[in-house]
Amino acid sequence: MRFDLTLIQPWIKPGARVLDLGCGDGTLLKTLAEEKQVSGLGLEIDPDNITEALSKGVDVIEHDLNTGLGNFRDDSFDVVVMTLALQTLRYPHLVIDEMLRVGRECIVTFPNFGHWRSRWHLTGRGRMPVSKFLPYTWYDTPNIHFCTVRDFEALCEEKFIRILNSSVVSGDNTQGALAQRFPNVLGVTAVYHISK
Amino acid sequence: MTHQPEQQDSVGIVTPQTLHFDQPLALSCGRSLPEHDIVFETYGELNAARSNAILICHALSGHHHAAGRHHPDERKPGWWDSCIGPGKPIDTNVFFVLSINNIGGCHGSTGPTSTNPETGKPWGPDFPPLRCRDWVESQRLMMAHFGIEQWAAIIGGSLGGMQAMRWALEYPDAMRHCVVIASAMKLSAQNIAFNEIARNAICSDPNFHQGRYLEHDTLPRQGLALARMIGHVTYLSDDGMKEKFGRDLKAGDLKLGSQGPVEFQVESYLRHQGSRFAESFDANTYLLMTKALDYYDLAREYDDDPVAAFSHAKCRFMVMSFTSDWRFAPDRSREIVDALVAAGKSVSYAEIEANHGHDAFLIPIPRYMAVFNAYMKRVAEGL
Repeated sequence: MRFDLTLIQPWIKPGARVLDLGCGDGTLLKTLAEEKQVSGLGLEIDPDNITEALSKGVDVIEHDLNTGLGNFRDDSFDVVVMTLALQTLRYPHLVIDEMLRVGRECIVTFPNFGHWRSRWHLTGRGRMPVSKFLPYTWYDTPNIHFCTVRDFEALCEEKFIRILNSSVVSGDNTQGALAQRFPNVLGVTAVYHISK
Repeated sequence: MTHQPEQQDSVGIVTPQTLHFDQPLALSCGRSLPEHDIVFETYGELNAARSNAILICHALSGHHHAAGRHHPDERKPGWWDSCIGPGKPIDTNVFFVLSINNIGGCHGSTGPTSTNPETGKPWGPDFPPLRCRDWVESQRLMMAHFGIEQWAAIIGGSLGGMQAMRWALEYPDAMRHCVVIASAMKLSAQNIAFNEIARNAICSDPNFHQGRYLEHDTLPRQGLALARMIGHVTYLSDDGMKEKFGRDLKAGDLKLGSQGPVEFQVESYLRHQGSRFAESFDANTYLLMTKALDYYDLAREYDDDPVAAFSHAKCRFMVMSFTSDWRFAPDRSREIVDALVAAGKSVSYAEIEANHGHDAFLIPIPRYMAVFNAYMKRVAEGL
């Protein structure tokens, strides 16, 4: 399992009602259902992922996150999770508002554009970063709203969002101690647990 | 016609059966049917635990013949042969499938063409008006007959999906899964309007005789054909029709002054569909079924609150819609899904890209089959 998904699991209480935005093939929700008896619901837009999630026994609804979450009631989930999808959204800040409305707590993970490799790509080579983790070229990428760890925290401050927990995944796919000290430089993926 | 080799994924040759029920069936309208027949087909084997039964609910003009062929030379297999059979989404190697003709129908179950025991004449327009829940009640009798305590799933498209949802509210413990395809919690004004045009076409046929055409030894063929033509157009999409017919000609020439009447392929197709339907379907049944559709309102008795309505359900739901279906548009399915989520129920939803309009639910579109298969595997795991 992707390491950011492993990292967030302790933040989800057993038996919680979890909404996973952009749930992919349902791996996280299936694991949470098996290990924590979580009652999960995924939203996904990719047809193959939807079929795969259904095959795993995960409840999944075909839904475009860019249309918002207007169809979900206030506080209808204990936790709303969105992993590695923030940067693909047309209005990421509005989706975060919606997540906090629908869920009592939220968990967001996103690729940290402040990572030293991205900085090196831009400053050293003068090119937009392309990596194994973010393999797209600038013109065909689904990732249209990159941000850094510091950008995200600034947004939280602006919106009076409480940060309950945070962490980063380092380059070697661990929680490396050095990366926790310098998250905006050494963190590949940022992981946030937030609430209103 | 050549003998068709038996396909491996077909249920093969099937024989309809009929059950007679002596006890009166109380109906929503306050009247009751003193006795009635149900014609049905089954596919697959009921397991020892009687836990693998699936009920198929048919749509407006549907019937019990959902899969296989009645004889090797039958022109077409059952109406949902694309989805029912060995290895198909409703896998007859795994499930026992029951497909019945609803009461009020015209394919063998008691309906307007049956004899009214009180008069000795066909029921005709005097057949009691029916609601979806009346079908649920008659299907309950079938359930008891087979000794089934809980359906593995109840599955239906269009009006069939509405019946499946009604089941989930009326008898929450009687089913584990509800599969609702190209359906809605109630018809829109536009939908009712199309039904009214179809009814008007039938009732204004000079041979209709206020519904007593059988007593006059005639049929309102023209009206019924027209009703079907209107319906048929609404079951297809603009793009689908363009692809299927375009502006191709069946006969004649578009050049001005040339001889003979021009006939577009689409005209010929619609006329053919209309006249064939007029021979095989009963006009009073069409009126009765469209009325049942129009009056269906899932949440009416729950203060018009779909969330309150669905809070009674206990099964898991799979909802599917098709992008080009404008008669039961994806938005109607999303309303079902949203209400189920708000009611805290287990639900999955897929919106299948298809240009076949409402009829898409009958067609083996690859993504539709993949989604349907994946969900039915889940149903099978719970047996």
